[in-house]
Amino acid sequence: MSHALKNIGKLTKQDFKVENPVKWCAGCGGHAVLSTVQNALPETGVKKENIVFVSGIGCSSRFPYYINTYVFHGLHGRAAAIASGIKVANPNLSVWIVTGDGDLMAIGGNHFIHILRRNINVNILLFNNKIYGLTKGQYSPTTPMGSVTKTSPDGTIENPFKPGELAMGSQGSFFARVVDTEPKMMKEVFIKAAEHKGTSTVEILQNCIIFANQVHKEITGREVREEHQIYLKHGEPMIYGKDKNKGLVLEKGRLKSVTIGESAYTLDDILVHDVKDPDDTIHYMLTRMSLPGLPVAMGIIRAFESQVYESMLTEQVEQARESTRINTVNELLRSGNTFEVK
Amino acid sequence: MSKNTKIIELDEVVVKFAGDSGDGMQLTGSQFSDTAVFVGNDLSTFPDYPSEIRAPQGTVAGVSGFQVHIGHKEVHSPGDKADVLVAMNPAALKANMKWTKPGATIIIDIDNFDNKHYKKAGYAEDPLEDGSLEGYNVVKAPITQMTRSTVKEFGLDNRTADKTKNQFVAGLLYWLFNRDIKFGENFIKQKFKNKPDLVKANVKVLNEGYNYAETIEAMATTFLVNPARKKKGLFRTISGNQATSWGLLAASERSGRPLFLGSYPITPASEILQEIAGRKHLGAKSFQAEDEIAGICAAIGASFAGHLAVTSTSGPGLALKGEAIGLAVMTELPLVIVNVQRGGPSTGLPTKTEQADLMQALYGRSGESPVVVIAASTPANCFDYGYIAAKIAIEHMTPVIMLSDGYLANGSELWHIPDVNDLPEIKVPYVKDNDPDYQPYQRNPDTLARYWAMAGQQGLLHKVGGLEKEDITGEASHDPMNHQIMVEHRQAKVEKVVDFIPGQEIIGPDTGDLLVIGWGGSYGALITAVEELQEEGKSISFAHFNYIRPLPKNTDDVLKGFRKRVVCELNMGQFADYLTMKHPKFEYLRYNKVQGLPFMISELKLKFNEILEELS
Repeated sequence: MSHALKNIGKLTKQDFKVENPVKWCAGCGGHAVLSTVQNALPETGVKKENIVFVSGIGCSSRFPYYINTYVFHGLHGRAAAIASGIKVANPNLSVWIVTGDGDLMAIGGNHFIHILRRNINVNILLFNNKIYGLTKGQYSPTTPMGSVTKTSPDGTIENPFKPGELAMGSQGSFFARVVDTEPKMMKEVFIKAAEHKGTSTVEILQNCIIFANQVHKEITGREVREEHQIYLKHGEPMIYGKDKNKGLVLEKGRLKSVTIGESAYTLDDILVHDVKDPDDTIHYMLTRMSLPGLPVAMGIIRAFESQVYESMLTEQVEQARESTRINTVNELLRSGNTFEVK
Repeated sequence: MSKNTKIIELDEVVVKFAGDSGDGMQLTGSQFSDTAVFVGNDLSTFPDYPSEIRAPQGTVAGVSGFQVHIGHKEVHSPGDKADVLVAMNPAALKANMKWTKPGATIIIDIDNFDNKHYKKAGYAEDPLEDGSLEGYNVVKAPITQMTRSTVKEFGLDNRTADKTKNQFVAGLLYWLFNRDIKFGENFIKQKFKNKPDLVKANVKVLNEGYNYAETIEAMATTFLVNPARKKKGLFRTISGNQATSWGLLAASERSGRPLFLGSYPITPASEILQEIAGRKHLGAKSFQAEDEIAGICAAIGASFAGHLAVTSTSGPGLALKGEAIGLAVMTELPLVIVNVQRGGPSTGLPTKTEQADLMQALYGRSGESPVVVIAASTPANCFDYGYIAAKIAIEHMTPVIMLSDGYLANGSELWHIPDVNDLPEIKVPYVKDNDPDYQPYQRNPDTLARYWAMAGQQGLLHKVGGLEKEDITGEASHDPMNHQIMVEHRQAKVEKVVDFIPGQEIIGPDTGDLLVIGWGGSYGALITAVEELQEEGKSISFAHFNYIRPLPKNTDDVLKGFRKRVVCELNMGQFADYLTMKHPKFEYLRYNKVQGLPFMISELKLKFNEILEELS
């Protein structure tokens, strides 16, 4: 664990619950995420007072009101900037950002790419429901091309972002994708995200039951999910499918889905997932995979640990303190050219 | 010093150094200023940079200047016009003639006064021949040639050799002002500490300049500015941005809350970020954000985590920070916003000064969003107001906007170094861990400020954010009456600061014909103009405001004792409008200037005399 202060007795889910009513719509994917986070937090071993949840604006950003930790409900898009200040000021805190596709990919896009570039040790939970929910149904930067929404009555004419592409392009050190209907997967990934030293981004494919219901159904639908998703695990071959006989191979510089046992493909041909590979080329390809033709990658896609901003800053502060002859402001005021009138 | 020349003793003198950006005029200016400080003169300086880093050489746009005002008497501003102008080329002459006093001594590098340079400077005729310099004492020194031949023995190429030209100029000036050349040599030795070759060459050129002046006797009179009658103690020169940074560092040390600066580079505020970035040895953390908004948001986050949080910017950046200032108002967290004003709107005049962000500082946000606004008035007192901004922010749990400006930020003056331990105490509104009675929006009855529970403290879990808060509990609330109460609380809290700030001073009698009113960076010119008229026996007094919101308690008393009041500011009358709103029973004359330049003492005196004559 990267956090200095551990709890004495183990906490339970109950410790992270609040009395406030949860005001998301019935059937919103948010409920499952909240419950899973409350389940996962005791496993991180960090006590409540050392956890801060920070959010921006949007449905997802109401999350902090429903969790019993320190909370900062910020401005639209600015959660990453606020969280950066909290973490840099006090690196002992475990800082979580809860955000949505509008908050993080549109108005907060700049802060997202820069927090990743700096690799500040915080965890980002991105609720991607591909729509603006709180403002009631306008398209977002992740809304699929051609979608009809309140602000695109004739269909959107914008290419959507894939959050993973941005994360890789910004040198994100941890990226994972999960589905709001699979609590077991979410919990595993949330705990790993918390353990990772550096900025962890978890894209949660979340359903908005009102404005974009079933937007992820091609990926998450009960009858298709095994064929349309691949749950990646570190050190294991990239196989998927109802019969676990499909896998990913690299051919001519591209990922390809093959069936083991067909066209002379064997298990040995299948790529083995390495989340720690410093080279993010394969990770980038994995984040880009989409239907049809390739399954959508789930689980931890990248978890490469490198230097963390606030640790380097703390180190510089310590070194500066050791090597200086100016230890107080009075000494600073009297350093350099001064002269005395007697 | 054996001289056949006449020595004139002066109470004060203004010297302007001007040349291409590469001519080293800023350095010579600093060298000359440092020496003035060492001999005990009072001092005020102002650099004048072109906004381009390297504008075309020899053109008026590329002229870089440094003005020094030294005095035996007290000096409050860099001075209106120069008694001595150094012009390294025709462009420097052209750009500065109107800022030079009639009869002034003008030292030119004659080697650059040729047709090629006249053309670049936009001179149609040779200014040395067209009569425009009649009445001036023009010293035509072959500075380039003399410098090159002086450094020949060091085997420097012309380019490197020319970089020592500024020391030839310095030598001339040391002679002209009867300064001991040792001061100039020491400055060089310190400047080029690890480059002995450069020290040798520059020292040689400095001495050559000095000897040249002595030999040619072109300057029939030399000047002597005797030491100022300063109070005793330790002094140094300090610029506004440096003073602001140091004031904040002092506040951090005295409050025990580590300093966090979240900022984005912007002229003319960047030096604050640079200064704090170099102060990790005092525990300060700086965060150069991706934009202005991230800078302030990171600072607000750091404040939630218990740091003395600061963001620094200039006008356009303040506009971008507006929403986040509202967040700090709502979360009632301590935050200092330093706004170093420049000419606006939009990109405006980035390197020039103005006071036109006053209304933006007071009101430039959504909703009822009161913040404390204070303004520094001299380069050195940026230290005091940086400190006070932090003290008010912490003790009153509020954002404080500290206004500085380009003129204060880059100008420097002599500063009597204080003892940090003598500065007023900063009482942090701490909450003890596990306090069972802690309520996030419970208020201190004296200040009406809430208490500062910091993220990470044990047993004080709470939520802050931009949604309206329920009184006392801090839960999000949309209740109509609660909103009314909270808006009133936030306003009352800021108004309550009035009980903790000093009363407004009047310089001069507190009744009379004319009260001159100023605020912020225009102090130096205003006080000089007023004092000169007071010496002439005029019925004129001066009130210069540093506390804008809230205004000092006795403001009404200050305003009422005069037949006329004139508000002087470098904008279109924003403070006058504000006073009209807050103290409507008085009438305010206005004197406004928006040229990117500070007030001139002469124009102020003219205006004040005009008003006084109308009264008589």
